[in-house]
Amino acid sequence: MGKIFGIHIKAPRIAFDGQTLFETLDFSLPAGQWTCLLGPSGVGKSTLLRLIAGLATEAGSACISCDDGKPLSGRTAYMGQQDLLLPWLSVIDNVTLGRRLRGEDPKGHEAQSHAKQLLDAVGLTGYEQSLPSKLSGGMRQRAALARTLMENRPVVLMDEPFSAVDAITRLRLQELAAELLRDRTVLLVTHDPLEALRLGDRIHVLSGRPVVISDALLPTGLRPRPAGDPDLLANQAKLFRQLSAAMEDTAAA
Amino acid sequence: MRVLRPSIIFAALIMLWQIIVWASGVEPFILPPPARVGIAWVERWDVILFHTQTTVLEILLGLLLGTVMGTVSALFLAYFATARRWLMPILVISQAIPVFALAPILVLWLGYGLASKVAMATLIIYFPVTAAFFDGLRRTEPGQLDLARTMNASRWSILRNIRIPAALPAFASGLRVATAVAPIGAVVGEWVGSSAGLGYLMLHSNGRMQIDVMFAALFTLGAIAVVLYFTVDAFLSRVLFWQPDTQPSND
Repeated sequence: MGKIFGIHIKAPRIAFDGQTLFETLDFSLPAGQWTCLLGPSGVGKSTLLRLIAGLATEAGSACISCDDGKPLSGRTAYMGQQDLLLPWLSVIDNVTLGRRLRGEDPKGHEAQSHAKQLLDAVGLTGYEQSLPSKLSGGMRQRAALARTLMENRPVVLMDEPFSAVDAITRLRLQELAAELLRDRTVLLVTHDPLEALRLGDRIHVLSGRPVVISDALLPTGLRPRPAGDPDLLANQAKLFRQLSAAMEDTAAA
Repeated sequence: MRVLRPSIIFAALIMLWQIIVWASGVEPFILPPPARVGIAWVERWDVILFHTQTTVLEILLGLLLGTVMGTVSALFLAYFATARRWLMPILVISQAIPVFALAPILVLWLGYGLASKVAMATLIIYFPVTAAFFDGLRRTEPGQLDLARTMNASRWSILRNIRIPAALPAFASGLRVATAVAPIGAVVGEWVGSSAGLGYLMLHSNGRMQIDVMFAALFTLGAIAVVLYFTVDAFLSRVLFWQPDTQPSND
């Protein structure tokens, strides 16, 4: 995986569909920490994540630098709202998809045993040869998590990864992700304040147009924090207030 | 029931035919009764078989060539933006010309033999395959492309591993349409000018007032089309094993 590092993103102006999204963008992901982005739908959370992932080519370019001085390209893993499993590949072939796409051998002994180990970690032992269509939504998202881990990248970018599953499955997936991605530099886009408070080291709220990124809220305690923690609940009330203000700002702009 | 149902449908259609013949009192040289067509089929089976071979060969070659050319064209269009800009209008304009109108020209250029009919069938198959496959290639789930890009996949690798498999269901739809229209191409070619094939046999027996033979040839052609369609359909369902049939059986 290599050494963990932080990321800084700077851009003079990011426009999308002719509208200024970020006037001056200056944002950091500290090394080994989970940074969460909250905000109303369409505010630009995903665009910021896509800029870092190198996927938002249509929105202009940003200057991304890493603490270790090397380029970021090729060192991030991406996990989206949908599981994005390929329906014609078995679960294990989906997990080793990255190797297949890069022209490396996905069937080698080492790759296979690593993939099996990861499927075991996410609780999918026995489903290696199943097609994704045979799996439930939660299981599919766990397979997607295993695929993300298989990439073994120091930076993980997650765009509402658990929003399509039911509440209990979501809590379990959050715990699983928190455990398996413990030491990495993570950016988590979410619309769920509880999720941000359980998993985030730093929580930013995005609002308005052009976007204003709030100062980080810094929850204390080890992730994943229990959902009933009093500190967490107090912060949740605070975040809800901040979010409804953000929603008004964004609607007014 | 799977075997029984087609047999029942078949028997019902034959009965309907017989009833129409009885009820209308139509002359046998306008609409021969089913029994007479059956006898003609048994008596002249060697002739019909000979012409069937020609037509089947034309259809299969046309299907093969049209599918290969359509597949290659769709991949070319999907991979090269320049090709897309220049070739798409030409492709669409070419489809504005009715392919049937080209039949006399094809016979003129390629002769009375097999080549002109294969060309006709190829032309008629080419467009549905190209259009369907290209459409499928353009409609890959954007999230899957994003994922592949973060995995450092090359364009070629994305095409091979994601876009082509994802486009196969669309390609299959195109191929099903192509299979259904392929016999039309071959027969139209035969009507314009030929010395063999079921289309030729139909014209030939029509000229000699052998209407029962004409119907026997038509019947054979229909049977070929049905067998071909279901063979291709079964093959495609096997290849696209991950595609569930989403139409519920009680719908």
